[in-house]
Amino acid sequence: MNNLTVSYSPHIHGKENISKIMRDVIIALVPAMLGSIYFFGITALIVIATSVAFCVLFEYIWNKLIKKDNTTNDLSAIVTGILLALTLPPTIPLYMIIIGDAFAIIIVKCFYGGLGQNFVNPALAARAFLLACWPVAMTSFSKPQDPFGIFGKNVDSLSGATPLAVIKGESNEVANLLDLFLGNVSGSIGEVSALLILIGGIYLLIRKVINPVIPITYIVTVGLFGELFSDYGFLYHILSGGIMLAGFFMATDYVTSPVTKTGQFIYAFGAGLVTSVIRIFGGYPEGVTYAILIMNIITPLLDKNVKPRKFGKAVKDNE
Amino acid sequence: MRLKLFTFKGGQHPHDCKEITQNKRIKDIPPSKIMVYPMSQHIGAPCEPIVKVGDYVSMGQKIGESKAFVSAPIHSTVSGKVVAIEKRPHPNGTNVLSVVIENDFEDKLLETINDNYNDECKLSPKEKIEIIKECGIVGLGGATFPTHIKLSPPPDKQIDCCIINGAECEPYLTSDYRVMIETPIVIFEGLKQIMNILGVNKGYIGIENNKPEAIDIMKKVASNYDGVEICVLKTKYPQGSEKHLIKAITGREVPSGKLPADVGVVVNNIDTCTAIYNAIKTRQPIFTRIITVSGLAVKEPGNYRVRIGTGFDDILNHAQFDAENTVKVLMGGPMMGISQSTLNVPTIKGTSAILALTYDECHLDKEVSCARCGKCVENCPMGLMPVQLNAYSKINDLETLKKYDVLDCIECGVCSFTCPCGNHITQRIKLAKRQIAASKKK
Repeated sequence: MNNLTVSYSPHIHGKENISKIMRDVIIALVPAMLGSIYFFGITALIVIATSVAFCVLFEYIWNKLIKKDNTTNDLSAIVTGILLALTLPPTIPLYMIIIGDAFAIIIVKCFYGGLGQNFVNPALAARAFLLACWPVAMTSFSKPQDPFGIFGKNVDSLSGATPLAVIKGESNEVANLLDLFLGNVSGSIGEVSALLILIGGIYLLIRKVINPVIPITYIVTVGLFGELFSDYGFLYHILSGGIMLAGFFMATDYVTSPVTKTGQFIYAFGAGLVTSVIRIFGGYPEGVTYAILIMNIITPLLDKNVKPRKFGKAVKDNE
Repeated sequence: MRLKLFTFKGGQHPHDCKEITQNKRIKDIPPSKIMVYPMSQHIGAPCEPIVKVGDYVSMGQKIGESKAFVSAPIHSTVSGKVVAIEKRPHPNGTNVLSVVIENDFEDKLLETINDNYNDECKLSPKEKIEIIKECGIVGLGGATFPTHIKLSPPPDKQIDCCIINGAECEPYLTSDYRVMIETPIVIFEGLKQIMNILGVNKGYIGIENNKPEAIDIMKKVASNYDGVEICVLKTKYPQGSEKHLIKAITGREVPSGKLPADVGVVVNNIDTCTAIYNAIKTRQPIFTRIITVSGLAVKEPGNYRVRIGTGFDDILNHAQFDAENTVKVLMGGPMMGISQSTLNVPTIKGTSAILALTYDECHLDKEVSCARCGKCVENCPMGLMPVQLNAYSKINDLETLKKYDVLDCIECGVCSFTCPCGNHITQRIKLAKRQIAASKKK
């Protein structure tokens, strides 16, 4: 009885915690992961497994080295591992994945103090890093397999131009929209199927892990700019490349997106704008990675200047 | 037909745990042998004891008063002998000068307190306010602001309605709910007095829609009273916050740094209504208040009528609490209540509940670093950015905190409650606010 705990209120807490949220994100990524294994076979599984394993391992080792509590049970390293893997081409050598994991976890995340302290999205930063180091390996895409013949034809060719190369005029293989939607196109292992990502995204929205401001603003912005400034329409733009994965899973990263709804709108609009500019006018076929990284860096500025409406403020202004 | 619910933006609905006590009738808990009356049971200047050790005091006798404007006198709630005047532990965590009375269990009432006045109609508002002041009535919701000051707003503030706060949005608490069910007439009579004093003809009673039984009963009684309306509020914490109650019912927003009177509203608590009615009817100071004794460590949870001055230990023992499994004892609800370091503290005017919580009920998890998810911003009923306040409180940057309107925080606890990383946001903000207040005093 002498051991009464004394603390400031509140004394109770909601049911949410960060591991539960991360678990939901992992669940939401399951369809996309299964899809990648379906389309690219066992290589996709190996890419994802390697990436997850090394992300967790690096975080564990880092915390041991600097004598901090082990934080791997918040599951955020697993999410980073999956997200990075899903943006990689299926033919990537494993050592590159491991170097990417090290960059994401140690340099981007742990150097700044772990979860919540990194100023850019670790998975995207690692992808950008790999793209700069091994541009050829990072952009050699193979066509997906179709073991069960869902699409009626079994394409076996080893490499293929992505639907995005079309926009740049580097290829004339215009994918049809249904293939783009379902995933029967060349691309990164987890980005090819818009449908599977959408299922995960809707799960996150239902579970209230994310709110719709960022994904909708981002996807619609990219679609509208595509419609207005390129020869390929709204749907072609939003269904190709990494838009869906980025819109639902990358841009919504808590740590690197603004906290207010208005800030989130500006952020997602900006990311959409930069993505489209790079895609349509820039030198790279895909602009998602750099667009979101740039907006990540602008996030602190948005959080500083975009405040929610304070209770009692309007009345004060009238005086 | 779907009724329009009154509500506000932000907030959360924690699991309310009200089922433990909501069907328990109000019972009496006998006063302690040794009654302790801290000289500070209200917001404002503490009282000076006006009795000496060895004096005999009657029930209802004034034992402490202050000449300061914002203050309320303290009365004895039992008859007996003053055995000590010394510093004693206060439920707010400090030691406060207290009058200690040994109860003779005679309950010898002061002669001036009786049922024979019958002059409610003849009294002017001024006289009624004087009675309320003499009876030491303060806001019994927990804030304990002296009621006579609340009821005499400065002449330049045009008051046009008054609100009775029956929201009771804190989890566990059911005392107001029971009062509404068991003695609704007294509440309405008290409200009538308040309306008369303020000279308004519109009174609202706000009740959350998780209390359908109380709403039914109150609505029935309300039909006998002119100008009184029952407002059904959406169940959401912190609906009982004065500012949010006003916003929900009248649509008016109390400006930052201002008082409800600035938007023409005066808000009072359910139990305060009862106290006002008793005071005007019988000149009786606050003897008792209704408190909820609950929490999973309590074997006989319920709603109890308790004399001010009764020790927490006696009350918890009466409710058969399990000392072994009690991790925290709170005065008030779990969202805003004060945790106690000792049970050797008395019930004061602001004690709305005593909760004995087990380990599983309390949040004792370790905090992990903020993931900037923004849930605190989304849920803050004041439209602040707790995520930034948390960050700047950590580095003690008081100037930046002021820019983020830290002083507008009502300390409701929603940010800490919703934080998935378990950050003690409210706690840090409170500390920062007190530091700012202290630096202003210098």
